[in-house]
Amino acid sequence: MPDIRTETMTVNMGPQHPSTHGVLRLVLELDGETVRSCAPTIGYLHTGIEKTCEQKKWQQVIPLVERMDYLSAQSNSMAFCLSVETLLGLDIPERVTNIRLLIAELQRINSHLVWLGTHAMEVGAVSVMLYCFRERELLLNINEMLAGFRLFPSYMRVGGLREDLPRGFHDAVTAFLDRFGPKLDEYEDLLTANEIYLKRTKGVGVISKDDALAYSLAGPIARASGVDYDVRKYFPYLGYESYDFVVPTQTAGDVYARYTVRVAEMRESAKLCRQALQRISPTGAYAIDDPRITPPPKDRVYTEMEALIQHFLIYSQGFTVPAGEVYVPVEGPRGEQGYYVVSDGTNRPWRVKSRPPSLLACQALERMIVGRLIADVIAVIGSIDVVMGDVDR
Amino acid sequence: MGLETEIPVLTTTVEKMVNWARRSSIWPVTFGLACCAIEMMAMSCSRYDVARFGAEVFRGSPRQSDLMIVAGRLSRKMAPALRRIYDQMPEPKWVISMGACASIGGVFDNYALVQGVDQIVPVDVFVPGCPPRPESLIYGIVQLQRKIDQQKLA
Amino acid sequence: MDAAALIASLQDAVPGAQFESAPSVDLQTTIYAPAESLPAIARALRDRPDLAFTFLAELTAVDFWPAEPRFEVVYILVSPGNRLRLRLKIRLNADGAHVGTVTGVWPGANWLEREVWDLFGIIFDGHPDPRRLLMPEDWDGYPLRKDYPVQIRKTPIASEPLQVTAEQFRENVERDRLTRS
Repeated sequence: MPDIRTETMTVNMGPQHPSTHGVLRLVLELDGETVRSCAPTIGYLHTGIEKTCEQKKWQQVIPLVERMDYLSAQSNSMAFCLSVETLLGLDIPERVTNIRLLIAELQRINSHLVWLGTHAMEVGAVSVMLYCFRERELLLNINEMLAGFRLFPSYMRVGGLREDLPRGFHDAVTAFLDRFGPKLDEYEDLLTANEIYLKRTKGVGVISKDDALAYSLAGPIARASGVDYDVRKYFPYLGYESYDFVVPTQTAGDVYARYTVRVAEMRESAKLCRQALQRISPTGAYAIDDPRITPPPKDRVYTEMEALIQHFLIYSQGFTVPAGEVYVPVEGPRGEQGYYVVSDGTNRPWRVKSRPPSLLACQALERMIVGRLIADVIAVIGSIDVVMGDVDR
Repeated sequence: MGLETEIPVLTTTVEKMVNWARRSSIWPVTFGLACCAIEMMAMSCSRYDVARFGAEVFRGSPRQSDLMIVAGRLSRKMAPALRRIYDQMPEPKWVISMGACASIGGVFDNYALVQGVDQIVPVDVFVPGCPPRPESLIYGIVQLQRKIDQQKLA
Repeated sequence: MDAAALIASLQDAVPGAQFESAPSVDLQTTIYAPAESLPAIARALRDRPDLAFTFLAELTAVDFWPAEPRFEVVYILVSPGNRLRLRLKIRLNADGAHVGTVTGVWPGANWLEREVWDLFGIIFDGHPDPRRLLMPEDWDGYPLRKDYPVQIRKTPIASEPLQVTAEQFRENVERDRLTRS
């Protein structure tokens, strides 16, 4: 029998593809159904945010960084604010710290819900997406309550928060948390023991513990491979050391392990939210009392001359930040997130650079899918939870 | 359309009929670029449910769709790909430019972005906002439906 | 571990290299290292058990134009075992801005170095895949340099011609013939 000659086939996937989560492009070399090589191409969403940040005043940077990783907007702005505050040497009131922690954890739930919905839809469970977005709308309502914006509230400011908590905030968060627990059980009923879901995710897209560290992976992907690195535990910020929570880890390193880790993380976040909510009084200090940085309340601007001058100075000239450099890591929904900020002592940043957890996850994609079937590619891309805004910036 | 009560028939013109069919079943292509895509997803999901307006069938392939919602900022690197997707869509086709970045470049007035998607493809409806709320996008779709209703066949 | 102890440990591993500590307001101890011996320093940082910086959190650059030395390449390293964080910095002059790659030590540095090359034009010697990462392949200039304009005047390329030229067609046929034989 003569040898059968086979050729590999090159398939271009993206930048427009329903399950590449934006504009990721993969060039796959296929041998039948097996992926022989994979070359991710990125940059289709390069926005030049870092360059734009250099033109803006310090407070104006906050809306820009929120649009980088658009699913974890408030983790971004919080990381940036923490960096600038460290550089300024500010001492933030404890109430503000607790509110920030609460908002960051709500943002983590929000981001994981989008992830769970889209990932489940891509492996065939469409109803989970509708359910996840239903619960997510409640979180967006809370955002809207805080600052009148669904996705990017810009509620975090350098020196504290934009304004005090709105009336009814505690009730809204409690109502969400009471509803969320049973709903999460419902999602798990649909997926955790679902035969189709298990077949598509178990043993797929494995990355080992050593590879995860070597490829600079952090967050849920690394924790699913057995790396227990979590900034909240290793280098606590915002007083995380005084809260009671565990960091869930798995050892399998496959898509299913990532799913389990993220679902467990959502439960832990809900736990953290309840603890934080107890510590927050409904009214109180919402920013530091520093006339150089915090604008006065609006009612004083309308009635007092000094407050008007102060308001005018802050919004026309901004404030200056001492020269130096800083990087404060926080644990975002996708792993270690942080802003490397360089100041030259003026009212504009010299350089703003975000650590992109999604970029590094994208880089490791090749290791996860080479040698697997092409149908697994979708499951793996979904499981690493890339946000192209964070990859390309 | 006039409804005859005696005999069960509808009388109408071909033009009205075709426009009615077209505007009631707009199939958008899944073309999410950035943040706006998340709001576009929210629009098609539980709370806002764009199925009420007949535009919920998001298609993965441009060959099967007749509306492109450019949701998000368009970089110079992406522009040829966008144009190619538009060219692949069958006629008649419409474009909604969603959000400030797609419409005029938004806050990102810099080297990397195309300052307005109308430099690449013809746009029918601009939806302002950064990102627009799902209600705004639904309003944009309704505006597009009105526009389709006024089209002439010949 | 403070900067002095860290430098002593590194000096021990890489004799002859000149280190310099710098003030820091955050978690990271900051040291400057010479560009020439970078891969050796990186290896020592990862492999010595008292350092064990196995996790490269961030790799980026800063442009201080018009000052000299113009560039600083910044490595932010984490040692999960020892709970240490380090900011390693390299100073580079404007002409001949190049530094050895650390891809062999931390494979995750691959794309981060490509990004720095793409946006700052700093060359990483021995990099396995030195292509642009974010900008189009045929882009002119390095956008994040301070002397690069923020807004540019350039018509966006809307479409590529669909049809290949006659020469390209002949090339394709030839390539196809070669692979089949």
